[in-house]
Amino acid sequence: MIKVRRRLADTGFGALAVAVFVFSAFPVYWMVNTSFLPNNKIRGRDLAFFPTPDVFTLNNYRSAMFGEARAPFPPAVLNSIGVTFLTLVIALLVGFVAALALTRFQFKGRRTFIVLILVVQMIPGEAMIISVFRIIDGWQLLNTIIGLTLVYAAGVLPFTIWTLRGFVNGVPKELEEAAMIDGCSRAGAFWRVTFPLLAPGLVATGVFAFLQAWNEFVTALVVMQRPEAMTLPLWLRTFLQATQATNWGAVMAGSVLIAIPAVIFFLIVQGRMTGGLVSGAVKG
Amino acid sequence: MSTTLVDSPAPPRQEIRHKRRPPYLPWLLLSATMILLGVLTGYPVLRLVVMSFQEYERAQLMGQPAEWVGLGNYAEVLTDVEGFWIVLGRSFLLMVFLVVTTLVLGMLVALLMMRVNKALRLLVSVGLLLAWAMPALSATTVWGWVFDTQYGVVNNLLTRITGDDWFGHSWLLNPLSFFLILSFIVVWGAVPFVAFTLYAGLTQIPEEVMEAAQLDGASAFQRFRLIQVPYVRSIITVLVVLSMIWDLKLFTQVFVLQDIGGDRELTNTIGVYIYQTGMAQGHYGLASAVGVIFVAVMLAIAYPYVRRTLREEEL
Repeated sequence: MIKVRRRLADTGFGALAVAVFVFSAFPVYWMVNTSFLPNNKIRGRDLAFFPTPDVFTLNNYRSAMFGEARAPFPPAVLNSIGVTFLTLVIALLVGFVAALALTRFQFKGRRTFIVLILVVQMIPGEAMIISVFRIIDGWQLLNTIIGLTLVYAAGVLPFTIWTLRGFVNGVPKELEEAAMIDGCSRAGAFWRVTFPLLAPGLVATGVFAFLQAWNEFVTALVVMQRPEAMTLPLWLRTFLQATQATNWGAVMAGSVLIAIPAVIFFLIVQGRMTGGLVSGAVKG
Repeated sequence: MSTTLVDSPAPPRQEIRHKRRPPYLPWLLLSATMILLGVLTGYPVLRLVVMSFQEYERAQLMGQPAEWVGLGNYAEVLTDVEGFWIVLGRSFLLMVFLVVTTLVLGMLVALLMMRVNKALRLLVSVGLLLAWAMPALSATTVWGWVFDTQYGVVNNLLTRITGDDWFGHSWLLNPLSFFLILSFIVVWGAVPFVAFTLYAGLTQIPEEVMEAAQLDGASAFQRFRLIQVPYVRSIITVLVVLSMIWDLKLFTQVFVLQDIGGDRELTNTIGVYIYQTGMAQGHYGLASAVGVIFVAVMLAIAYPYVRRTLREEEL
């Protein structure tokens, strides 16, 4: 009797698990599915659940990339790649040396600096758009990659420093000291011993900066208003503003194009995303 | 560190190295950070505060000098001339609803992952990861398409199931169902992080504790309430604060959903309101005042989190 009840419960929870999967994955599947369907299928009353070979088409991608009615695609890709790459490089370089200063040195003001780094992260970028717009405008940097990159780099830097600090702290100082006793200089010990151990941390932090810059919307909306200056998220938005009926096939194709790099990079580092919050947070 | 060095003499060799290190070196390493944050975070904050005390409209953008109006912008915002209180109240209500829904669903999914076998757990994880990885903008457009008035899959299925004609039913025009769809998008994207974090916490509870409680006759709910929740309490606190911050900052989802077909006036949240007042209507001074208030609110909400983090870090 107990066995039967147990099996019934197992089945019930199994069904729930499948339901959670379906609900979570459905929009992603539906996006990809729609992006490969021709317009008559998208607008048909019979739902097409799979782009079978007889209807499969790449027209939506063609229309998204080369359609006339929207902001141009090639500059949007180049802008997005440029801004993302520069943000990543600046954030990692600047953040790395800052993390070093905050972990490997004892000096007056260190604690205050760390508190400041933490507090700055809590300032919402959404509140700052007005003054950021005025300042970037004042420097004649509206609609330029440099202007947007500077804002992004400053935006992700506090988190970058905070995370890298944790990674550097994780490498015991004693390792460096041992190398120094063996005759390495201070810089040499750091470069040969600590730095290689930090590679995973740099990758994880870099991916975070990448995702932030790649997906960012509101600052780009304010700083990059000209069609040829738009980043990919702004480019996709122009699809939805059209006065005629929305071309959902093209919108989904555009969504897929933006999502692919984000999803790939995210999956690379996802294991690290929750770890930090949990370690040490559970009362044992 | 330095006091212990004074108390117990260290080997001379180390002492020499310590003395040789120039005191300005850490500040040299921090200089790039200070310049970048000073110019692109500190200065904008200062500028925001200054503009919030000025009459700053389109004319000032063209070069006309900005007049000081003291607390005039704040008075105008706080006396509800532009509907500030409604927007603020709406943002908070939405935030509370989103935080509660996300946390409850996240906890249920985490418990489900504890209960099912390995294969099903993997299945759930894959689904959650997909939802988590989706950029907010792509997610919003997809949900907009799923709930599309003319050809959306939801209206299609509803027509088949209920037999009524749902084609042409707009989900976004009515503010209440607009926020329902918005909540769908946000909760769908936010549950994975909460569920994974709680799951990671729950798995760290020693098995003996749960087994002992079961042998003593504690029901599943009692075990949840008296053992599992207290164990992950601190995680829950952090998740609540982070969710509050993220849900109050909501911009992309609201803004793009309005593009797809919502009534901007009736669905603005605080971030979008700042954009509309400042960038769209050109009331830069007013929008700055709202921005300053917004920053203050966020810092107040984040305060317990900042304190807790600093205490934990033992600086």
